Amino acid sequence: MENHGPLAQFEIKRWIPLKIGDLDVSFTNSSAFMVLAVACICLFLFVGMRRRALVPGRWQSMVEMSYLFVANLVRDTVGPGGRPYFPFIFTVFMFVLFGNMLGMVPYAFTFTSHIVVTFAMAVTVFAGVTIIAIAKHGLRFFSFFVPPGVHWVMWPLLIPIEVISYLSRPISLSVRLFANMLAGHTLLKVFAGFVISLGLFGVAPLAFVVALTGLEFVIAFLQAFVFTILTCLYLNDALHLH
Amino acid sequence: MSSEPRPEDLKNLAARLYKARGGQDTGPFVKGLKGEDPPNNSLGMALRTGVELVSALAVGTAIGWGLDYWLGTAPWLMLMFILFGGVAGIFNVYKMASGMAGGVGFRPLAGSETRDAGIDEDNRDQGSDRE
Repeated sequence: MENHGPLAQFEIKRWIPLKIGDLDVSFTNSSAFMVLAVACICLFLFVGMRRRALVPGRWQSMVEMSYLFVANLVRDTVGPGGRPYFPFIFTVFMFVLFGNMLGMVPYAFTFTSHIVVTFAMAVTVFAGVTIIAIAKHGLRFFSFFVPPGVHWVMWPLLIPIEVISYLSRPISLSVRLFANMLAGHTLLKVFAGFVISLGLFGVAPLAFVVALTGLEFVIAFLQAFVFTILTCLYLNDALHLH
Repeated sequence: MSSEPRPEDLKNLAARLYKARGGQDTGPFVKGLKGEDPPNNSLGMALRTGVELVSALAVGTAIGWGLDYWLGTAPWLMLMFILFGGVAGIFNVYKMASGMAGGVGFRPLAGSETRDAGIDEDNRDQGSDRE
């Protein structure tokens, strides 16, 4: 059996095996594509802004668009108080976006299709946001879990529910990104597999794969956007506690 | 370096900009995104609903299992927290559907009022003459 199943593309390959004690810290294809994503982002931003023209060229206006896009997102969802956190949110957005988009290149590896990666990012966001909330509001943060306008008799029932609801955030945040990327890429591969095996009738799945590739590009962008906007919403909760 | 903008300066700058704009943000993207949920087609919505339901249930179960493991009360706390998790999941979906996506509890998503309050929170003492 040759190694071309629909899930073979998600396989982690150790490129440079490394070990620290019992910890496996090998440089894998996943790590390589993360480095590549960061390199691409730096290249995109630095080369795009090299001229700093008053009237931007194509690259520069793309860079400015991505900056404005995130800046407006932060302003609209978090408000002016979110400005100090803009660099982090911009980084998250660009990293996820480039991860998703690099995954659309044939033969590339999509690191966002692994729950370890997305969960680590989601937990970082979640922990950071919680720490910001506690640092800013102190113990008042815990009033967050008490639903307003509810009689205190209901509190023992509602507070655990609110806490669970709060703790489920990193999971839903990470699963959404990971599931979308995994499902999309698997689906593409499965339908691409039909093209050859159906012979002449393979034209139908081929057309479908073309359409699906377009959809995947939309999803790649949309999921980066959703990850970012949810980060902003969580940050907004942390800063304002409504 | 004195020219390095510190967070306080940024905060003041935000307030000054806000004031200069006459108390409202004007930008190219403002209309489309204001206080809205992430844009969702129905498939994305369906997927999100499932994820919200299952993730809360998973967290509830994990907490229950952990507490049982710690207190040696298996399986009662886990059973209880599975229920809590299920309720929290349904609650999450309810909040998502009624546009309170980010918030915990029955609080509306940050609208324009809370956004104003966000500035006031930082500058309440000196900024009351702002209006």
